[in-house]
Amino acid sequence: MSGFFKSSIGRKVAMALSAFFLMFFLLQHLVINLLSVFSPEAFNEVSHFMGTNPLVQFALQPVLIFAVVFHFIMGFILELKNKKANGVSYAKNNGAANSTWTSRNMIYSGLVVLAFIVLHFIDFWIPEINTKYIVGDMSGMHNGEYRYFHELVEKFHSPLRVGAYVVSFILLGLHLAHGFTSAFQSMGATAGRKKNLQLIGKAYSIIVPLGFIVIALFHHLTHNH
Amino acid sequence: MNLTLKIWRQKDSNAKGQMVDYKVTEISEHMSFLEMMDVLNEQLVNSGEEPVAFDHDCREGICGMCSMYINGEAHGPDRGITTCQLHMRMFNDGDTITIEPFRAAAFPVIKDLVVDRTAFERIQQAGGYISVNTSGNTQDANSIPISKHDADEAMDAATCIGCGACVATCKNSSAMLFVGAKVSQYALLPQGQVEAADRVQNMVAQMDLEGFGNCTNTGACEVECPKGISLDNIARMNRELMKATIK
Repeated sequence: MSGFFKSSIGRKVAMALSAFFLMFFLLQHLVINLLSVFSPEAFNEVSHFMGTNPLVQFALQPVLIFAVVFHFIMGFILELKNKKANGVSYAKNNGAANSTWTSRNMIYSGLVVLAFIVLHFIDFWIPEINTKYIVGDMSGMHNGEYRYFHELVEKFHSPLRVGAYVVSFILLGLHLAHGFTSAFQSMGATAGRKKNLQLIGKAYSIIVPLGFIVIALFHHLTHNH
Repeated sequence: MNLTLKIWRQKDSNAKGQMVDYKVTEISEHMSFLEMMDVLNEQLVNSGEEPVAFDHDCREGICGMCSMYINGEAHGPDRGITTCQLHMRMFNDGDTITIEPFRAAAFPVIKDLVVDRTAFERIQQAGGYISVNTSGNTQDANSIPISKHDADEAMDAATCIGCGACVATCKNSSAMLFVGAKVSQYALLPQGQVEAADRVQNMVAQMDLEGFGNCTNTGACEVECPKGISLDNIARMNRELMKATIK
């Protein structure tokens, strides 16, 4: 089995498996964030549950961190290996004649998403871990009410941050536009012939990033004073 | 037609190559690309220069020898063809055409536009066959029932001529379409089942050893393949390798 994951195909499969987990994570993250638009109370309740549930915190969260780190490290390794496999570059190469821009530039869309994740960690994850596990305040309360919705809204005051969110999620959408079906293809599905799968992939890669963008803009416009 | 050609010239495998400009005149639009190259070479020989070395053999799109990366595409700007089947009517009078060898670390240049594609032979030798005693007592192939669907898919995979356009066009220089086709043509047939697990493992191991890149499913190979080998074959190879690993 260790030989399998050292092979070129095994690495593809590993990339696809981590991608599936990350795509599932994105979807549930979007659903929870959507609550903040419709009901701050429900958003607070669910955030508190996710932030304090031991299964989420000590089982799913480590898997998520592993999946993120693995996906980008393996992405870099594969990019370097592929560059090495190229040898001399073509003087003239017409990539657009036979493949999409998104499929040829996964490393660049991925790098933008990675930069976003760094910002996201600084914005939310590090303060959260600090409050809960270093300060030791597991109550989720601030001034007598749940702090989660306030923290979210506060972050979207800055137009610069909202701008960075919008750009990052557009690039995430481009990454997913190729990545979604590509992951299935790597797992052995004949993705090219499955029209429904392609349709779901297109819908996912548009709806999910757009959802995050709309939420950021919503809070920026409704709470910016 | 009068054309300007920008051609990669490289004396031998160790030399540092470069692009050199040539002019050819009175090229008929009915000529194949290789015939146009013949005209250029005749011109070069007559003027005492070294002709451009390029691979070619059958000149009817079946041997897989003619290569060349023409105007940024393997076998040039047409679909489902090799370079010998590319006609000059695809170009316009006064065009500048860039002609380069197939590029990949696993396909080193031997001279000018000729590259060494024996890496493909070694992958084939690692498992691209079935072990059958052919000493005169072979049974009739038709005595084994095979569904029409499987027979057709196996035949489609078997039409791969091993030209290397998939590798040349892949941004990762991956050989997975070639290996996928060679694995698939046996994986689909009962005769291939006996050695299926070893075949896919050994061929993939040899492919990795030769220094080909990793597939990222851009699909460029499928578009540029002169035989229209489908990406489905890569998916099948992935399934076969997973199956062989679990076994």
